[in-house]
Amino acid sequence: MRKMSDWGNYPVIDAEVFGFETPEELKTRLGSLDKVIAYGNGRSYGDASLQENMLLTRRFNKLLSFDETTGELCCQAGVMLSEILEVFVPRGWFLPVTPGTKLITVGGAIAADVHGKNHHKEGAFGQHIISMDVMRNDGSIVTCSPLENADFFNLTVGGMGLAGVILHATFRLHPIETAYIREETIRAANLAEIMDCFEASDDWTYSVAWIDCLAKGDAMGRSIMMRGEHARAAELVQHFRKGAPLNLKPGLKLGVPVTFPNFALNKLTMNAFNFAYYNKCRPGTHTRVCDYNSFFYPLDAIANWNRIYGTRGFTQYQFVIPKAAGREGMGTILSRITESGLGSFLAVLKLFGEQQSFMSFPMAGYTLALDFPISLKALELFKELDAMVADFGGRLYLAKDSRMDAEMFSKTYPNADEFKQAITMLNEGAPKFESLQSKRIGITE
Amino acid sequence: MKNVLILGATSDIAQAIAKKYAAEGWSLTLAALEPGLLGPIASDLEIRGDATVQTLEFDALDFSSHRKFYESIETKPDAAICVFGYMGDQDKARTDFDEVARTIGVNFTGAVSILNIVAEDFEKRGSGAIAGVSSVAGDRGRQSNYTYGSAKAGFTAYLSGLRNRLAKSGVHVMTVKPGFVRTKMTESLELPAALTAEPVQVADVVFQGLEKKRNTVYTLWMWRWVMLVIRHIPEFIFKKMKL
Ligand SMILES: Cc1cc2nc3c(=O)[nH]c(=O)nc-3n(C[C@H](O)[C@H](O)[C@H](O)COP(=O)(O)OP(=O)(O)OC[C@H]3O[C@@H](n4cnc5c(N)ncnc54)[C@H](O)[C@@H]3O)c2cc1C
Ligand SMILES: NC(=O)c1ccc[n+]([C@@H]2O[C@H](COP(=O)([O-])OP(=O)(O)OC[C@H]3O[C@@H](n4cnc5c(N)ncnc54)[C@H](OP(=O)(O)O)[C@@H]3O)[C@@H](O)[C@H]2O)c1
Repeated sequence: MRKMSDWGNYPVIDAEVFGFETPEELKTRLGSLDKVIAYGNGRSYGDASLQENMLLTRRFNKLLSFDETTGELCCQAGVMLSEILEVFVPRGWFLPVTPGTKLITVGGAIAADVHGKNHHKEGAFGQHIISMDVMRNDGSIVTCSPLENADFFNLTVGGMGLAGVILHATFRLHPIETAYIREETIRAANLAEIMDCFEASDDWTYSVAWIDCLAKGDAMGRSIMMRGEHARAAELVQHFRKGAPLNLKPGLKLGVPVTFPNFALNKLTMNAFNFAYYNKCRPGTHTRVCDYNSFFYPLDAIANWNRIYGTRGFTQYQFVIPKAAGREGMGTILSRITESGLGSFLAVLKLFGEQQSFMSFPMAGYTLALDFPISLKALELFKELDAMVADFGGRLYLAKDSRMDAEMFSKTYPNADEFKQAITMLNEGAPKFESLQSKRIGITE
Repeated sequence: MKNVLILGATSDIAQAIAKKYAAEGWSLTLAALEPGLLGPIASDLEIRGDATVQTLEFDALDFSSHRKFYESIETKPDAAICVFGYMGDQDKARTDFDEVARTIGVNFTGAVSILNIVAEDFEKRGSGAIAGVSSVAGDRGRQSNYTYGSAKAGFTAYLSGLRNRLAKSGVHVMTVKPGFVRTKMTESLELPAALTAEPVQVADVVFQGLEKKRNTVYTLWMWRWVMLVIRHIPEFIFKKMKL
């Protein structure tokens, strides 16, 4: 038995855990369990990879083949994005899509169909899968792609581990000239300004905004937009960079050594943090060239930063609402959050592009993500926010969720019923793939 | 190009060590009980760093095969790292002597058998480095794992004697004493996060340690002090403790 949790440390459960190194070993293991769920690196926030029996995929982590001409990589699903970057950035290749942390597995990236700052250009991670092998509950292996066994493929991408265990995946890396990003930073005084800014940034490969959720009145929605492009070799000015455009010096790793007491993160400290962040950026537009780690993964530089939320844990409330509802909807929801005073020090706003996947989270529209320490008040607030999100035609991201109810899920995911039926059929016979989340939101019962 | 021989190469600690050496530009000879498992490990190393990898079958318990095994290696290594081990089941070991024999056979006798042969070659060549992965469990016998602990204690004593013998012939011997490491051996156990190393941390310490010719290294470093305290608890108190 081990104490297991995902990134938000809420909930924490006692679980039996099982690793595996070969498909045969996994097959034997499946034969001895009645229910189970895959666990990658536990970077989802809630309970999507939690269950009394968990399959740890991290030791199933070998690179199997790489084509230097096309950038096509085939690897086992326990490989972390960080390892891929470490190996391939120096050779001039980058991930087609990356979330705001590189400490996730390929399996987790597919199961949650993760999105990045380039969603409006490149879609989510699943869109880049050329082919993958997935083990079903009876131990058989299904090879699937958008063309082969397409229905099963659609249940796996964004399917949160419920259709089977992803074993191997093949996808294409993107060529880069340097390990650097040319970044432009723009300060926006309020919500209308930042939305204008997103709409004007459609040509940029990467765009995202940090939004101060505690600012009220005219300043509500004040934010900083960061947009970027992979820097060309010719754009590097400093000599050390020019000499080795694809190589970075190992960075300093900070850490949060202990779990903070629960009172550490109060309103005062959060206000101070948000304010300092906003004012660090002077008005107008600023350009700099920074390494990819500081552009994509600023938080990864602080190991275990989740511990500052104390033992009660935290969650992230991430929703998306359609673009048409965006201006009005975001204003209404944001002002409710601001008014509650429970807001967070990490709030991220992004404009997604079109996506028509079967189960995935993204849709053309605005998404906002905020961290909240767990409290009764916050949980009550989420209920209110759920109603607003549903009214505007939006939905919540399963990878971040630890508390949504079954009604909210089936109301907001258009294919919820079909997905549920398909998973029930696939789960016939033992074992069944089930997580605390899938049970709570009524996909499995 | 220098070559490292890794014995017990499918272990998680060994895999991390292999990655480290490959990244430092060494060629690798990987030996393990299940050579079938070495295929993906080798392809992974080749993709990560253009490493040259040779894989071989090796059973620590098949003592009489060890000389032939070593002779079959084409490129004789510049460094040999003995990583294999077997934790065993202490409760079973109370009544089942096969479990005891296996625990001692893998952790002690098998390791001594193969390292004697490696040492002979290194001594003749007048160079080379040997690292043996023992354990803090060998620093003092505790009721929860004293069969494993006593085998590792024996291995630690062996490594210290070997170091003493080979010092004059330019061959260096290093004892590695991990505390808790998150590997398949400990996967199902609840371990205290602050005292638990990742395999890659052990790998870094092993590589740096051999480069700097250290004699005994602990991973994580605080285990040196934890074990100092544990070794000095008076026996009349220690014997009543639940450890
Ligand atoms: C700081 C931070 C920033 C983040 N930023 C973003 C972001 O920008 N965009 C975004 O989309 N997400 C983001 N996330 C969320 C994260 O990318 C996803 O939750 C991702 O799924 C985590 O992957 P993991 O390997 O840790 O898997 P886990 O969290 O362990 O599991 C996630 C889901 O994947 C399933 N799964 C894992 N491996 C397999 C497998 N081999 N086969 C089948 N199912 C499997 C699990 O069952 C579970 O349902 C962020 C998370 C953090 C902590
Ligand atoms: N993990 C810890 O907390 C910890 C702490 C202190 C010391 N150590 C030591 O560190 C070393 C590596 O262990 P690990 O943690 O990496 O665990 P591991 O992954 O379980 O490694 C043990 C390895 O030993 C191999 N082995 C067992 N019997 C063998 C035999 N007869 N012949 C050849 N190889 C054999 C196993 O091969 P198969 O998998 O094919 O059986 C396995 O690869 C061991 O010596 C262990 O005692 C570990």
